[in-house]
Amino acid sequence: MHHFKKLISPYLFVLFLFTLLPMLLIVIYAITISKNEVLTFTITFENFQRFFRDSIFISVLLQSFKLGLITTAICLFIGYPVAYAISLLKEKTQTYLILLITIPTWINLLIRTYSWVSILSSKGILNNFLAKFGIGPLNLLYTDFAVIIGMIYSCLPFMILPIHSSLTKMDQSLHEASMDLGANPMITFLKITFPLSLPGVLTGITMVFLPAISTFVIPKILGGAQYTLIGSFIETQFITIGNWNFGSAVSLILAAFILILMSLMNAADRYTNSGDRDEDETRRLKRYAKK
Amino acid sequence: MKKLIELKNLTKEYSGQVVLKGINLDIYENEFVTLLGPSGCGKTTTLRIIGGFLDASDGTVIFDSYNISKIPSYKREINTVFQKYALFPHMNVGDNIAFGLKIKKMPRSLIKQKVADVLDLVGLNGYENRDVTLLSGGQQQRVAIARALVNEPKVLLLDEPLGALDLKLRKGMQLELKRIQKEVGITFIYVTHDQEEALTMSDKIVVMNEGSIQQIGTPMDIYNEPENRFVAKFIGDSNIMEGIMLKDFLVEFDNQQFECVDKGFMEDEEIDVVIRPEDIDILEEGNGKIDGVISSIIFKGVHYEIIVETNNRSYLIHTTDVVEKGRRVSLSFYPEDIHVMSRMESY
Repeated sequence: MHHFKKLISPYLFVLFLFTLLPMLLIVIYAITISKNEVLTFTITFENFQRFFRDSIFISVLLQSFKLGLITTAICLFIGYPVAYAISLLKEKTQTYLILLITIPTWINLLIRTYSWVSILSSKGILNNFLAKFGIGPLNLLYTDFAVIIGMIYSCLPFMILPIHSSLTKMDQSLHEASMDLGANPMITFLKITFPLSLPGVLTGITMVFLPAISTFVIPKILGGAQYTLIGSFIETQFITIGNWNFGSAVSLILAAFILILMSLMNAADRYTNSGDRDEDETRRLKRYAKK
Repeated sequence: MKKLIELKNLTKEYSGQVVLKGINLDIYENEFVTLLGPSGCGKTTTLRIIGGFLDASDGTVIFDSYNISKIPSYKREINTVFQKYALFPHMNVGDNIAFGLKIKKMPRSLIKQKVADVLDLVGLNGYENRDVTLLSGGQQQRVAIARALVNEPKVLLLDEPLGALDLKLRKGMQLELKRIQKEVGITFIYVTHDQEEALTMSDKIVVMNEGSIQQIGTPMDIYNEPENRFVAKFIGDSNIMEGIMLKDFLVEFDNQQFECVDKGFMEDEEIDVVIRPEDIDILEEGNGKIDGVISSIIFKGVHYEIIVETNNRSYLIHTTDVVEKGRRVSLSFYPEDIHVMSRMESY
């Protein structure tokens, strides 16, 4: 294995070019200001200070977190039962249903989001439908509700898929063992199935929460122009205002918050991860290797 | 002995395929019963129906004189040791074993005591806080047995529990299981495809093939008096000859007549004859009943496995005598070594 090590150098180069370099540029932008000449390169924390000085910026960040949390919570609340129900079906039916859940993600997010505009707008499909019962028209578009619906819609597959996969990966005989020992289906779910599916739940939470707090397409289209989240805020800094330095700083701040949350999540994951067979296998192999 | 489980005409169909063709079986208290057969014979299906993990297509399961056919597994006083142990990976050894007792809401101190006692029984003293995923196969096996036994079931079901262990560990666990069964004094229903394992441990062996029972009997019965060609072939090595039962105590095969101890067949009935390889003696040419030439000798450790070609067939013989290849010899056996069985359609 050892002499293969040299062969990875091209990949390291690619990694540097496409991952590290852009990150480095963001850092450089974040710690400088736009008036800099190339030769008078001054490092400053002004961009960061500006963010924390102004309570509006912080409230935008908090608002994004709030929206991300709500989206994640609702996705989990809907996604777990769906994943569980699918995992109980015949294998072939499962494949079709999972495909069905995946299909929307093949279509451009922008188009899918605009279709929600035509559903939710005051003369849209939903209001037309409600009008037949004499309700409305309701003001749905450009509200929190519309944004959350849109986010759930686009994020839900990423909650269902990992949970479903962790449920189907589970050894069926564990459920039988639990029933055998006198646990009814409810207790079996609470004590065996759910704890063992937690790795999937944590993956799902990560996969929903991260895009949910940084997205700018959905809030912009469904929330309207007045609706500012951290994602659209960064976008505005870069595209409209052209203050790349401040935009970079804000994205770093967001990244830092995400990093903290992720490491908390990882700590929880490690705590519950004894259910993950593969990892145990590697651990065991490592032990043997040591001997 | 009291009858504990009664299987009445159990049948099971999976999408048109019949896997159990009417199983009738009585199992008594304190018995070590083994369901033995090749894979696909229906032994595991039968076990899963008793455990409540499968519904029979037809027939009833009587347990302690109640019909439990429609009772879910979690309400049955039966516990199972699963093929791959099925230990809960997110719980330590103690919590795995205590699982059933906690559901019964037993006081904590009593649970602790019972867990310690059962760990002692399976030889894992003080293992309460170990991580189950880090135990060896043999230890996981013991935990699985302890987890089932701690609930004090009337019947313990074991589904090929030693399948994943190596030969030496397996032999040790066979004796250990037998000891545990004697010690706790409950019925064990054991599923295996390993005939040697069945012979070692069982009080009663149920030989199954293609969804039906071939023979029920003690290990000695099954080995010495196989009821048909399948049982004779499946349990141990055997020489099986087609023959004719001329009358009681007289059988003809290989164009010769032999005295035997079997009776009760029709006159001139076509039958199968089995002679175990260790029951055949090798004598000087002309001194025995059938003459032949030694065509192959394989050293098997305890004995030699010898093949003797005669005019009609080749005979398999196990002997500790030293012989050489190519020698002309004569085969001999006693009347009681000849086992006459009814002829079956297939095999």
